[in-house]
Amino acid sequence: MARKNKILEKSLSERVTTTIFIALVVSFFMLPLLWLILAPFDGAPSYRLKIPHFGLQNFEEMKLNPYAYRSLMNSAFFSAGTGLMVILVGAPASYVLSRVKFKGRDSFLYLLLLFSSIVTGSAAMVPLFLLALRLNILDTYHGVILVLTGGLIPAAIFILKDFTDSIPKSYEESAQIFGASSFRILKDIVTPVIRPGLAVIFVWSFVQAWGNFLVPFILIRDINKQPGAVMMYSFYNEGGQAVIRLVAAFSFLYTIPVVLMYFYVNRKYGFRFYGGIKG
Amino acid sequence: MSIKTRSDSRAAKPGNSVLNGRAAAFFLSPATIFIIIFLLVPAVWTLYLGITDYKLTGFSAANPQIIWFDNFQKALHDPQFLSSLKVTLIFTLGSAIFGQAVVGFILAWVLSNVSKRVRSTVELIVICAWIVPSSVVSFLWVAFLNGDQGTLNMLTGLNIQWLIKYPLVSIIIFNIWRGTAFSMLLFSAAIASIPKSHIEVARVAGASKLQQLRHIILPSARSFILTNLLLISLWTFNDFGPYLLTGGGPGGKTELLSIFVYNSALRYLDFGYGSAIAALMLMMNLAISLIVIRAGKKNR
Repeated sequence: MARKNKILEKSLSERVTTTIFIALVVSFFMLPLLWLILAPFDGAPSYRLKIPHFGLQNFEEMKLNPYAYRSLMNSAFFSAGTGLMVILVGAPASYVLSRVKFKGRDSFLYLLLLFSSIVTGSAAMVPLFLLALRLNILDTYHGVILVLTGGLIPAAIFILKDFTDSIPKSYEESAQIFGASSFRILKDIVTPVIRPGLAVIFVWSFVQAWGNFLVPFILIRDINKQPGAVMMYSFYNEGGQAVIRLVAAFSFLYTIPVVLMYFYVNRKYGFRFYGGIKG
Repeated sequence: MSIKTRSDSRAAKPGNSVLNGRAAAFFLSPATIFIIIFLLVPAVWTLYLGITDYKLTGFSAANPQIIWFDNFQKALHDPQFLSSLKVTLIFTLGSAIFGQAVVGFILAWVLSNVSKRVRSTVELIVICAWIVPSSVVSFLWVAFLNGDQGTLNMLTGLNIQWLIKYPLVSIIIFNIWRGTAFSMLLFSAAIASIPKSHIEVARVAGASKLQQLRHIILPSARSFILTNLLLISLWTFNDFGPYLLTGGGPGGKTELLSIFVYNSALRYLDFGYGSAIAALMLMMNLAISLIVIRAGKKNR
């Protein structure tokens, strides 16, 4: 532990308590995660955590499964599609809500956010399924993308509006004085300035869609269209020792993109909001 | 795209918006349509289906009837539903309120007093548990808790099928592990927003750690605590994640309401009954929100 002055000031018993507490917390959170770091590179993985005999056989095994790689591509497609849709639909709305003042705007936004937290995927799964059935978008990529976008839009607008608020209006105003058209102002001034906000929202939606299990689970039946979230579940739910190699390699490749994206955005923009639709 | 430019009023007054009314409405319309179709319609539809006998198979598939409150009446006498409701309440209280919120707060508090390196290392590990996709963490816990080959049994020398013998406790611990990061981050922000001088003054005046906590930190973090309780109790109450661990079993012991809705509507295709339960969930979500918001207003 770093010997900072702060720590030296404390009594011994306090230091011991703190150290024990932190050790317990770290082991509790670390132990289940270790498997994900060790087993993928273990030539003979098992459920139990052990020192790996290094080898890449698991990834070789994964190549033999026709659905594994495909499902990761599907996940990328669902997630990128959702990210783009959320930006296309959410960015214009949040710009208006940031720049055009009307009475009760803030309470309206708060209510919208609250409403989206109340109408969760679990509570609305029956009509979402029936809606997809009626609109003929069951078992399609765009069906999943539309439903996911709908769930993410309120929170996305809320975050983006906050971001746009922090940008001074003076850029747009000076361009207006120089006679730039609204279209040019939006294209050449507003869009570049809010780009970091758009990047954050894209990554946020991407990560949400990537991990979402419930929506593709109820809307996609065709195994060729299933994303990694559902594929992972069917790999281990069918059980048995035979698939443990596959599960080890697949869980690693499926997890890495979102972890990297999260920490990239977090480091670059100090972005710590992650919540939103779950399940 | 038809964004009207104001060609005749070139030197627009500063402070005027770039968009006129029509363009603003145009910009808002896609979001509005999405919110109506994918949030508002499903909410109303759930309430409507809840008062019908709509099934995907059988006679009422072609010709669903409005049966008003029969589904709700049935639910009140359905031991499976009542047990599911009880399981969900225990799960929410145990893993969100007493679990994530309390553990998250203690963590944030302890970590505000240690060196930056220790702090960011611990935070990193806790956050990892939170951002790994749910189907992966579920498998990690299935492996961790496995009876014959699980890591937990290996470490403790026990031989227990945790998910079969203690299913509800297992998913509660799992969900604390899974979601504590959010509370920790929110409370860290709350504690960081308290001016250092306030705590310093209290310390010099001889306030113990617990007194500092009670009289300075907790009152200052009030609004953070309420926001946190609102969000995590809603998320946990509606969580479908444990389905990936236990499938609701064994014997319905971990059948949360979300899983109950899934089973009755999408597995046994009784849309009416499933929707009635979903409608109850919607109303309970509303109740949770109102209770927390009122608590926030009362003591401000």
